[in-house]
Amino acid sequence: MAYPTDRKYTKEHEWITADGTIGITNHAQDSLGDIVFVELPKVGAEIAAGKTFGTVESVKAVSDLYAPVSGIVAAVNDALATSPEQVNKDAHAAWMIKIKVKDPAELNGLLSSTDYDKFVSEEAPH
Amino acid sequence: MSVIEAVPVVRKTALNAVHRQMGAKMVDFNGWDMPVEYPAAIGCGIVNEHMAVRNGVGIFDVSHMGDIRLSGPGALAAVQHISMNDASRLAIGQAQYSALLYPEGTFVDDVIVHRLGEDDYLLVINAGTREKDFNWVHDNTRQFECKVEHLSDDFTQIAIQGPKAVDVLQKLTDADLSAVKFYWVTRGSLCGLKDILLGRTGYTAEDGFEIYIPADEATSARVWYAILEAGKEFGIVPCGLGARNTLRLEGKLPLYGHEISDSINVWEAGLDRFCKIEKPNFIGRAALEKAKAAGLKKTLVGLEMVDRGIARDGYKVLDADGREIGYVTSGSPAPFLKKNIALAYVPPSHAAVGTKLKVEVRAQGVQAQVVPTPFYKRPKKA
Repeated sequence: MAYPTDRKYTKEHEWITADGTIGITNHAQDSLGDIVFVELPKVGAEIAAGKTFGTVESVKAVSDLYAPVSGIVAAVNDALATSPEQVNKDAHAAWMIKIKVKDPAELNGLLSSTDYDKFVSEEAPH
Repeated sequence: MSVIEAVPVVRKTALNAVHRQMGAKMVDFNGWDMPVEYPAAIGCGIVNEHMAVRNGVGIFDVSHMGDIRLSGPGALAAVQHISMNDASRLAIGQAQYSALLYPEGTFVDDVIVHRLGEDDYLLVINAGTREKDFNWVHDNTRQFECKVEHLSDDFTQIAIQGPKAVDVLQKLTDADLSAVKFYWVTRGSLCGLKDILLGRTGYTAEDGFEIYIPADEATSARVWYAILEAGKEFGIVPCGLGARNTLRLEGKLPLYGHEISDSINVWEAGLDRFCKIEKPNFIGRAALEKAKAAGLKKTLVGLEMVDRGIARDGYKVLDADGREIGYVTSGSPAPFLKKNIALAYVPPSHAAVGTKLKVEVRAQGVQAQVVPTPFYKRPKKA
């Protein structure tokens, strides 16, 4: 699948836009299966690049969410608390949090859509 | 010096290629490469598969399950010696839930005992315990005049489960399935095969059948696709181990290594009604009599999460004050009940329905409550 070019990606399968909106990728939602629970930080919380900032649970598994870059949480998508299945329906639209990015230069270290696509296809089971 | 390590062999059922062709997500289950769920693109995924079985019909490859046959004049005595239920009550064609026990009264495995003929019994056992079970049965039945055969690799076992399972299977066999009661077996034709064992059993807390066909790939694939085709009008879907687990959990059906194990006894697991302590001696009986007199230290209860949070296998159970008192054996969202449920071992003092407990989820005590089990009971036919 073609990953949107308007954002960057992590090897832990999160995406982040230039304005600090964060979600998980289509590949991530597909691997997880039916998502039933999303636990996110509160507005004002500080998140650190590479550290967990929340949890997503499918019927069968629990997965941590990793912060692509550091920043302060500015908004949380509360709709996911009651309808987490939105992430399965459209992972690239169902954002999780928006952050005020601490150092925009950190974004440069993340994967482009092409690199992420390549990373995922190499990781895929045979 | 060099250490020789056993290379783990991934085992595959005869339907492995079929699962991959259908796009199933595969996982290692007790050394078996098995489908956990099929793709959303064909209407699957754990939730859809689970709901199909509750409302219509689904099929599962359960060929990883093992089979042990005991036959000969001493077969009944042998089965009686190694299993806790009373096999002498079985008519020919009848099956019963039972278990193989250690002398300590704990579990070697749980089994379904089928009486196929006068002196002919088939034990269906778990995938992860195949070799252990066979060795146990073999070693503990030497004194009886009976033949013990390990037939696990001879069969492809397919489960057709759900209220419409009988309608689907009836299209493919000449056996009169309406005459087969739950936990009975029959034999009949199937997709051109003759004399196929058809058991009205399952692990989904739903009506359904488990069929035993020759284990070659061509036959297995042909029958699998024939069932899917026959089930089309009922909305049949292929189901993986993910749905199998959530279905059995809603029905409080135990899973080896979770609710039952070599360190849990029959009374703790609440399987009293399948243990005929009054029958003549069987392995584990003496220890169970002692354990009964001593009283329970822990007991299996059903929990429903009151607050947001999902209990998972191995999570700690806390009392209302936050003291650790037990552990979760199986926990998951329940797709049909639309609740987060769990089975857990707690002291009898905290086992009454309505008791408020907590489950530790990521270092937080999340409110839960003891509820009646099974969580789900299939509706009685009108």
